[in-house]
Amino acid sequence: MNGILQELEARRGAARAGGGAARVAAQHAKGKLTARERVELLLDEGSFEEFDMFVAHRCTDFGMGDSRPAGDGVVTGWGTVNGRMVYVFSQDFTVFGGSLSETHAQKICKIMDMAMQNGAPVVGINDSGGARIQEGVASLAGYAEVFQRNVLASGVVPQISLIMGPCAGGAVYSPAMTDFIFMVKDSSYMFVTGPDVVKTVTNEVVSAEDLGGASTHTRKSSVADGAFENDVEALAEARRLIDFLPSSNREKPPVRPFFDDITRIEPSLDTLIPANANTPYDMRELIAKIADEGDFFEIQSEFARNILTGFIRLEGSTVGVVANQPLVLAGVLDIDSSRKAARFVRFCDAFEIPILTLVDVPGFMPGTAQEHGGVIKHGAKLLFAYGEATVPKVTVITRKAYGGAYDVMSSKHLRGDFNYAWPTAEIAVMGSKGAVEILYRGEAGDAEKVAARTRDYEARFANPFVAAERGFIDEVIMPRSTRARVCRAFASLRGKRLSNPWKKHDNIPL
Amino acid sequence: MMFKKILIANRGEIACRVITTARRMGIATVAIYSDADREALHVRMADESVHIGPAPANQSYIVIDKVMQAVRATGADAVHPGYGFLSENSRFAEALKAEGVAFIGPPVGAIEAMGDKITSKKLAQAAGVSTVPGYMGLIGDAEEAVTISRGIGYPVMIKASAGGGGKGMRIAWNDTEAREGFQSSKNEAASSFGDDRIFIEKFVTQPRHIEIQVLADSHGNTLYLHERECSIQRRNQKVVEEAPSPFLDPATRRAMGEQACALAAAVGYTSAGTVEFIVDGARNFYFLEMNTRLQVEHPVTELITGIDLVEQMIRVAAGEALAFTQADLRINGWAIESRLYAEDPYRGFLPSIGRLSRYRPPVQEAAPDRAVRNDTGVYEGGEISMYYDPMIAKLCTWAPTRDAAIEEMRIALDTFEVEGIGHNLPFLSAVMEHPVFVAGEMTTAFIAEEWPDGFDGVRLADPALRRVAAACAAMHRVAEIRRARISGRMDNHERVVGTDWVVTLQDTSWPVTVRADRGGADVRFDDGLCLRVESDWTPGASLARLMVGEAPLVLKVGKAVSGFRIRTRGADLKVQVRTPRQAALAALMPVKLPPDTSKFLLCPMPGLIVRLDVAEGDEVQEGQALCTVEAMKMENILRAERKGVVARISAQVGDNLAVDAVIMEFA
Repeated sequence: MNGILQELEARRGAARAGGGAARVAAQHAKGKLTARERVELLLDEGSFEEFDMFVAHRCTDFGMGDSRPAGDGVVTGWGTVNGRMVYVFSQDFTVFGGSLSETHAQKICKIMDMAMQNGAPVVGINDSGGARIQEGVASLAGYAEVFQRNVLASGVVPQISLIMGPCAGGAVYSPAMTDFIFMVKDSSYMFVTGPDVVKTVTNEVVSAEDLGGASTHTRKSSVADGAFENDVEALAEARRLIDFLPSSNREKPPVRPFFDDITRIEPSLDTLIPANANTPYDMRELIAKIADEGDFFEIQSEFARNILTGFIRLEGSTVGVVANQPLVLAGVLDIDSSRKAARFVRFCDAFEIPILTLVDVPGFMPGTAQEHGGVIKHGAKLLFAYGEATVPKVTVITRKAYGGAYDVMSSKHLRGDFNYAWPTAEIAVMGSKGAVEILYRGEAGDAEKVAARTRDYEARFANPFVAAERGFIDEVIMPRSTRARVCRAFASLRGKRLSNPWKKHDNIPL
Repeated sequence: MMFKKILIANRGEIACRVITTARRMGIATVAIYSDADREALHVRMADESVHIGPAPANQSYIVIDKVMQAVRATGADAVHPGYGFLSENSRFAEALKAEGVAFIGPPVGAIEAMGDKITSKKLAQAAGVSTVPGYMGLIGDAEEAVTISRGIGYPVMIKASAGGGGKGMRIAWNDTEAREGFQSSKNEAASSFGDDRIFIEKFVTQPRHIEIQVLADSHGNTLYLHERECSIQRRNQKVVEEAPSPFLDPATRRAMGEQACALAAAVGYTSAGTVEFIVDGARNFYFLEMNTRLQVEHPVTELITGIDLVEQMIRVAAGEALAFTQADLRINGWAIESRLYAEDPYRGFLPSIGRLSRYRPPVQEAAPDRAVRNDTGVYEGGEISMYYDPMIAKLCTWAPTRDAAIEEMRIALDTFEVEGIGHNLPFLSAVMEHPVFVAGEMTTAFIAEEWPDGFDGVRLADPALRRVAAACAAMHRVAEIRRARISGRMDNHERVVGTDWVVTLQDTSWPVTVRADRGGADVRFDDGLCLRVESDWTPGASLARLMVGEAPLVLKVGKAVSGFRIRTRGADLKVQVRTPRQAALAALMPVKLPPDTSKFLLCPMPGLIVRLDVAEGDEVQEGQALCTVEAMKMENILRAERKGVVARISAQVGDNLAVDAVIMEFA
């Protein structure tokens, strides 16, 4: 009997050793942790239960039959993050370079199926050289099995991808379909075709980092939602994100004890809006002063910085925030910011996370680049996302809400529940200068008349009261009391029930 | 007759400070304000306010006609000028006198007499005040220079009459040096200034700046309210002051006080004024100048004497006699003032402007054994503009002894929350920790000598560092327990937060064990040291007031991955608290060096590009001017750090740039 127990320990030991001490040391030398070390950091200490530790591949081609390491290059299982269940797979670069085989894929599919059945998020840690070439089409089939599950799990359980090494070729499409992608600076990259192929085909010379590193994907492509300094920080921040998310679409967002006053008054917000309408201010200050404990988990902070997206808590409970950022391009809506915010709004709606929208938007960005780039369809994505969202929606207009952008930004007309405005709000078709130029084209040369017309226009529209008279604004609130008002509004919406007409699915302008 | 309404011809903290006293005396107040100060605190505090013009002071606060109009419009019967602006302008005092409005300050004659350096020195000499010995006449040759130097007594300073900036200046400690110094100064003066006139005066060694507060009424009473030590200065800008001076003995204090009064009496001085002295290492003191106004640092005098100087100025101006005598003016305890400047100490103290997104001074209080006072002109959500003096607050502490007052100041600085702009709080904390300051042995060269290469933050030493580590371990445990209490847990399988942690800060890691009970936590280090940590801190709070090992500790707590950003005692620390396993894995992570920005010229402060001196493709030499950025009225010339070629210029004249914005790139 003792011998049998010892054999289990021995087999476990061998599986846990991964690709062996030399490869582990090489992994560490690259500044990367091993697959198991990453799982340890992601989960509560001692909570990981591994599945399929002894799974080995069945390939015999190209001499593969001689090497059948236990686990087959991926560590899978489940554990807890602050006591809440999470499923995880972590590719082991020390075993066959983390390459994906048929059995490797089966292990991933198993935990994804369990996650959907039991209602818990899936965290995928990607560190893989790609398909296991020796397995040929069986490996490709494995990818597709994973892809199909990514699709089915989308909107059922949160899916988070951590890119902690190479992720290239077809492999990129699994993380691409998850809800959030985080990368590690300098040690991870993602691309469909690598620098060598790029050079052959297009003659472009580019490094892996420039082609698909963390900086590229967080700033230029928007493929990734965040980048962190190293594995340890990325995993700590993934835990922080998971604390904001419901375990599945069957559950409410989590609530945790909070130590902030829900009626906290912030007199300094009364002076947040500068005297000059063209002077920018930092919308992050408002978010921080509304949020519990000033805590804001920002998503895609480096991309389309003219709009802010991320999670805060109000009364301990998660709220998604979408806010125009006047500090960048005056907070204008454009292709990138519309796409960024639309995807975020749809995530929140899918997982019953209430949405707070903070509006200071001068309109949509003009120009050929925007029009030729399809701003019509991309802008429509955000409009569509807000219009279909049935979660509690609270909106605060701080300053400008001009033109179509006013409609888009969670307006009353898109089933906004609470639409507040600050006294500094200006809800109009456009700013006074542009409006006067169109309305009084004939007086363009007469500076005095233009000034008088501008004053008239401002008196009429540069305030929230015209909209309030029509009920498009439910209440004009003091800036200082924004947190208290918003908290109470969301509290009143805890029982909100709203559904869209039955349909197979909608046809958002992709 | 006491005044009914006082107009304060000033702004910022001093306007607020005057309003506070006037209000307590039942006198109505009028504020004046420029375009930049519409929302300023002094306007909010005053009973009435009058707009007097555009933001630049030379178009508003110092335009006598505009201030006079405000006086007439509001019917004020007296004006307090504060300090700076029109406070020592005799024409302004005249203008008020002409309209029968009281000037809350000295008579015109006294302002004029003391306004000129040479006149005031002569008057001082005549009044028997000690002045720096020197010879102002023409000196013919080196031998005459030696004779004069002997007469004055070594060391002496040999200076070019036309000199400045150290040019043509020599210090001589004996005859030989005097002979040589005279000749080389003369040569240098001739070539630099085209004027080879030389004068010689006593060189004051280990100089300290100590000043006497005087107060005189129009009934012949002239009193001194003891001294203030103002030696801690950065480029002639006072930073920390205290009263009394740790250097003076009672006899010197009395001699200085009596001479100061003699000078005041000699010029018919009334109201509050300050006689500044330079004091050498042997407590010889010499008259520098007299400031005929309320001094910035007057609160320390108020704290040790219990006299409200602004109230006395008002009463004297209204013709009242002083209600106390010299014998009543004792020194009670010790007071320290720290000037809070909107200047970024990490960037060579460059001015910083912008919105005060957070401004929480320590609570003001006056207890029998301690007091905290903060004179301020700003508020949270207010704007620091580029137009005026960057001083935004004066934080004062008082305690029975100097050591206790310093400790109060350390805590008060740690408690002071300022965000949104760069400020010198960390530097002030560093001064409070400095052994030379703690020993009271500073001279006017203190800052230049102790921080010759500028200020780049404080590194905490043990035991201070371990106290922070213990506090963070206990706080992190509390934060982790809160995290583990999230909803949606698997019942009966919750996360158990452990007791063993590793705290990493300032390149040091300490394993600790945290054992918590109802009242706090015992944090034990692996060498056996155990610190008790008690606090009412809750996760997310930006300020933690703790007792660590029975002594108070205040931390500013910010967010950081796996820990906190902690600011305390001038240090700015990234603190990580991890389980031993997490710490072991974190130790495997590569150390990343910050990106190389030497190829870029970055904007060191928010400001306006007013001039570009180079074009793309230009070769520049080390030290060559590249462009000029204007911030807070100050033009700052940015120079090349090394030789190079300008590859790209990304900013244009007229651009308003943020901190660290790229101005140009080098090849």
